[in-house]
Amino acid sequence: MELKELYQEIILDHGKNPRNKGKCNPFNRDAKGHNPLCGDKVHIYLNLNEDKKVVDVSFEGEGCAISLASASILTETIKGKEFNVAKKIIENFLNMIKNEVKISINSLNEDQKTSIMSLSGVKQFPMRVKCATMAWHTLTSALEEKK
Amino acid sequence: MDIKNIKSEFPIFNQKINGKPLVYLDSANSSQKPNSVINRISNFYQTEYSNVGRSVHTLAVKSTNRYEETRDKVKSYLNAEHREEIIFTKGATEAINLVASTYGEKFIKKDDEILVTELEHHSNYVPWNFIREKKGAKITFASVNMKGEVEIDEIKKKITNKTKIIAITHLSNVTGAIIPIKKIVDLAKQKNIPVLVDGTQGAPHLEIDMQDLGCDFYAISCHKMYGPNGLGILYAKKKWLDVLPPYQGGGGMINEVKKDYITYAETPTKFEAGTGQTAEVVTFLEAIKFIEKIGIKNILAYENEIMEYALEKLKKNNSINIMGNPKNRGSVISFTIKGIHPHDIATILDNDGVAIRAGHHCCQILHEKFGVPASARASLGIYNTKEDIDILCKAIENCEKVFNI
Repeated sequence: MELKELYQEIILDHGKNPRNKGKCNPFNRDAKGHNPLCGDKVHIYLNLNEDKKVVDVSFEGEGCAISLASASILTETIKGKEFNVAKKIIENFLNMIKNEVKISINSLNEDQKTSIMSLSGVKQFPMRVKCATMAWHTLTSALEEKK
Repeated sequence: MDIKNIKSEFPIFNQKINGKPLVYLDSANSSQKPNSVINRISNFYQTEYSNVGRSVHTLAVKSTNRYEETRDKVKSYLNAEHREEIIFTKGATEAINLVASTYGEKFIKKDDEILVTELEHHSNYVPWNFIREKKGAKITFASVNMKGEVEIDEIKKKITNKTKIIAITHLSNVTGAIIPIKKIVDLAKQKNIPVLVDGTQGAPHLEIDMQDLGCDFYAISCHKMYGPNGLGILYAKKKWLDVLPPYQGGGGMINEVKKDYITYAETPTKFEAGTGQTAEVVTFLEAIKFIEKIGIKNILAYENEIMEYALEKLKKNNSINIMGNPKNRGSVISFTIKGIHPHDIATILDNDGVAIRAGHHCCQILHEKFGVPASARASLGIYNTKEDIDILCKAIENCEKVFNI
């Protein structure tokens, strides 16, 4: 187990200074995630336009460095993406955590890929996987919210 | 038994965790087991095991005798008046559920009040919520002061003519506060209110004499007392057990079963439906013997010394905020570090072989009161040393390094 792989600079930075934190205005979809075992919470807000593009995304929440960084990286990655692309990114991310699959979505730039991949260190810490995945599962709920 | 060498009695310490010696500071969660306990459970299965109380063959007699020997031992350890006052459950949680369910069913009506405190573990609140929902009863909370203790005056204030039971912890699993149970029982007696004590944290560290405490119910968790998992004990005064309805139905707890009626066994059998934790009950005798060999007063004094040392060292670090500062405390220290979430603390400490707990420790109400969603908790057992505390503090420094604090 390598602690440095879990607490990389990118994660510490996003954990300390989370991007897109707060309630975006306007938003038309949202969903809440909660881990009752540890008390971590996340609330994802989305503004999905008529072309089903994520024009804005943000989150509110409290939790450990991993969960805050994960939510922060998620918002940076998803903003501006089409609905279907967003779904593919989520799938790719969860596969990376679960099955060690590489991040292969073409529409992500190198910085975004590096940020997402920084979360893969969590694989070696099974008790912390939920911290990294909660925001992404919650984003799925928000995207699929029936309006 | 020399406490200084007690670690050698616990084989779990014969290993490295992440390449480091194990520093186990999670005994409030569950304690590690000494050789005598580990060997006994194995030996019992190898030589004496059978189901209890049912068959007449030789092994059944042996098993039954061993099982009932533990009941006698617990009776004397707790200084209970009758052996029938000792009921084996699957944990302290089940012990409290048993009382909430049966006492609640029989004695709690609409608008009656159940008095608990803000210190309670979820297992001494949620079972009462079932009764609140079922009967339309109310749950009132005695407040915790900022030292993390419940004052006797606060209990006095919250008792009304509608209070039907007081359910209170003996020792907080978060702030470590030791509650003055005797005074509360005296207060409750004036109004004929029974008192249930959640002794989950109290029993492993404090002298527990039922005649001295005077409470009506006392719940114990055996796996926190160096004993086996999956076993709890409910002490209840016989006058209650005689009038309370059975908790669960099944084999063993009946007197006579007919198509149109059933009569139930006498206590304690009435409350022990089905096959219980046979090997665990038998083995728990060894856990009590282990505690008795050291002496509970010596355990408390030793742990207090380590705790004082830990408090003094932790207080020197300005980034650390310790939750509560109770005057009379047990060896539980919950804390937060500015800028580092408790889960991150726990993961980084684990890398140094230090096992602590992070989260709300099943006390969301108390954490809300302190304005934090979670905390890190170091809790002591008889095997901890001052050196463990030095390693803890060093690991905390490493933690701060990772987070550049």
